[in-house]
Amino acid sequence: MSTPTDRPIRAAAALAVLAATVGAAWWGVRFLSTPDAADNLIVRTYRLFGADGSADIVADYGLTPTTEKLVLAAVALILGVAGSWALFLTVNRLVDHLGSRFERLIRPWVFVAPALALVGFYLVYPAVRTIVLSTTERPEGSGLLDNYVAVFTQPDMLAAIRNNVLWLVIGTTGSVVIGLVFATLVDRVKREALAKAFVFLPLAISMVGAAVIWRFVYYWRPPGEPQIGLANGILDALGSEPIAFFQEAPLNTLVLILIMVWLQTGFAMVVLSAAIKGVPDEMIEAARIDGAGETQIFFRIIVPTIRGSIITVATAVFIAILKVFDIVFVTTGGRFDTDVIANRMFSELIRFRNPGRASALAVVLLVAVVPIMVVNVRNLRRQGAGT
Amino acid sequence: MTRRTITALLAVLALALAACGAAPEAGTTTAAPAATTTPATDAPETTAPTDTTQAPATTAPAVEGPYEHLARAQAGEFAGTSVEVLAQWIEGEAENFEASLQPFIDATGIDVTYEGITDYETVLSTRVDGGNAPDIAQLAQPGLVRTFASEGALVNLSEWFNMDQLSQDYIQSFIDLGSYEGDLYGIFFKGDLKSIVWYPVEAFATAGYEVPATWDELVALSDQIVADGNGNPWCVSMEHGDATGWVATDWIEDILLRTAPPDVYDSWVSHEIPFNDPEVLEAADYMSQIWFADDYVYGGSTAINATFVGDTQTPMFAEGGPQCWMHKQAAWIPEFWPEGTEAGADSSFFYFPPIEEEFGSPVLGAGDQMVMFNDRPEVRALMEYLATAEAAQGWIEAGGFVSPNQSVPLDWYSAYPNDELAGILNEADVFRFDASDTMPAEVGQRTFWDGMVEWVSSDGEGTEAVFQSIEDSWPAS
Repeated sequence: MSTPTDRPIRAAAALAVLAATVGAAWWGVRFLSTPDAADNLIVRTYRLFGADGSADIVADYGLTPTTEKLVLAAVALILGVAGSWALFLTVNRLVDHLGSRFERLIRPWVFVAPALALVGFYLVYPAVRTIVLSTTERPEGSGLLDNYVAVFTQPDMLAAIRNNVLWLVIGTTGSVVIGLVFATLVDRVKREALAKAFVFLPLAISMVGAAVIWRFVYYWRPPGEPQIGLANGILDALGSEPIAFFQEAPLNTLVLILIMVWLQTGFAMVVLSAAIKGVPDEMIEAARIDGAGETQIFFRIIVPTIRGSIITVATAVFIAILKVFDIVFVTTGGRFDTDVIANRMFSELIRFRNPGRASALAVVLLVAVVPIMVVNVRNLRRQGAGT
Repeated sequence: MTRRTITALLAVLALALAACGAAPEAGTTTAAPAATTTPATDAPETTAPTDTTQAPATTAPAVEGPYEHLARAQAGEFAGTSVEVLAQWIEGEAENFEASLQPFIDATGIDVTYEGITDYETVLSTRVDGGNAPDIAQLAQPGLVRTFASEGALVNLSEWFNMDQLSQDYIQSFIDLGSYEGDLYGIFFKGDLKSIVWYPVEAFATAGYEVPATWDELVALSDQIVADGNGNPWCVSMEHGDATGWVATDWIEDILLRTAPPDVYDSWVSHEIPFNDPEVLEAADYMSQIWFADDYVYGGSTAINATFVGDTQTPMFAEGGPQCWMHKQAAWIPEFWPEGTEAGADSSFFYFPPIEEEFGSPVLGAGDQMVMFNDRPEVRALMEYLATAEAAQGWIEAGGFVSPNQSVPLDWYSAYPNDELAGILNEADVFRFDASDTMPAEVGQRTFWDGMVEWVSSDGEGTEAVFQSIEDSWPAS
């Protein structure tokens, strides 16, 4: 153990190591952000080993863009991992040398700070910047909140908001109700796992993949031509005219929501099925003995018991749907009155090159998510308290 | 200010084209006199790759050359490097473009990777914003070139390009259309002629139909086809991902040139008159006579919005005879026809007829520029190569291509349909560049397109409201 006289010296040494580590990391980051960083690195490495000929060639011609990216990625990986490890170690060592009172105060922060910094950098900073942009990026001479005024007054924007509400109500209800019904029914089936797998499978497909698949399902060709889409193929076989599913509002929004329900039902079913299995058999037995029918058992026993799980699933699906973008983008691109907020945000930013309005939409989405998060967190806490 | 310049340039272009009425015909030799300068004159397109006679058919000659980086590249200096090119040319067009890149690859050892995509403007904007821009990209819209240039995303070509050589090869109007605030950013690589209508030659003859020479004849013929029970007279459709709607903008523009004086068109482009000027609404009314008339369009308005641009003409080649008889589209469309069809034999084109006599026979054209995002010597070399006549040769021979480079020997174009296109151009009184491509990107590539989609989905109802909303979207500054 260290004597009191030792301590300042050791602390100073630890501080020096820390400074060196920070310095090295700083140099690394600086180096990576210079142009031709990879070229220089290779040139220096060659020179280090005396291969001046090779160094000259690289210096003259440069690396191909792909090699350059690979070198940079490798260096960043090494620097990132080794750097964080070294930083953590040195800081931790430094804390060892502070008095025990400080030690107890500071050590938790040493462990938490990197995570906090990352969250700050990747979540808080962009959020703040988006809010700032939503007020600063606007035509000259307009008011501070003009982007928000536009969001809530322009007919296109209002249509997108209205559609989003439709998505939320129908999509969430659809996914949860169908998932719940299926979970309950499948609970009594012999080949439960197989049946569940079929409903669960779509969840493994990306949103874009699903949208592409369903675009073919809904494909429309002029009457008289062979219908290559499944939906119109069936209509055709039944002898009715093909329907241009993507063009007929409001039918088009409904058929798009169906894609989402198809995707999310599996998720709802799996979670709810697990919850249903958690309902004590004794309780159901008791209900049966008391003369409850199956419907009564479902509504009076099962649903109230798994209420927490239902809320969790509903909020998760709700948030996924609130952000829906891929499906709309791939199928209709928001044309024919099917736009939703996230797709509109993309259009404003990328197609119209209008970052202010896109930021305003992002903020609106953020604000809309907050109450859901609150419900979700409360629900989780209650469940936590219950166990 | 820029917009006014563009208008002026368009006027120059028109003059040049008028001048080329007297220019040598296609089939004469290389040394293009000053008068043959428009996109027009060197415009003739080959759609059928029938020609095997042209003399200088090999790879780009080992030029000492006017272009420094290209010469160095051909000396092998950049061998082993690679250049990435992004464009919206897919399928047959992609093959043709790759064919025109091949001589460069062979001569320099530079690896050129080409990618063709459909949601083009979106992908390109995203990649540029994300700092992952391709080395070279194609842009069909001078408006978008200006936007990217003003954002500082493009490499300024004036600083190192051999501008003397460039001015020898291109008329000033094209150089100006690729410039922003006096600096050059884009080089015109491909030209298009839009004022033509494709029809099934044999079936026309069999049915006893004649090529219409006026708008009234065009409408009369359409009625005749409906009355004869021969299916629908028109093939119209415009689904093209994010760019859905541009087909309709071409129609409006082509009609406006036929119902109003050229300066109305120019002030419309530069927004000196509102977007929804009565003249424009009148053009829209003319267009409705065809687009929204009962039984005129194959599949009706639904098909217009639902069917991919490249598949528009497919029903014309149906086994039991044409399902639709006329298709207004530029000369690249044969690339998208079904297998086994041949341009000229299965379908040829006539000039989209004049409407009001006093405005004569105008021609609407467009063009693709190549722009550069990353400045490396091998990228410069490829940019220089794309500005040469040799770069156009592969595609000209494959067909469906008009080089804006006036040094392209005219005999490269000797195959069908160049003679006919040249004829149309020589008859033309006015030439104008595609208006939507020249308008500010917010309008020309967005609200104009989206507005047309909306207009079509309501079967042409509410014309005034649609055009008003586009007018409202015009950027303030």
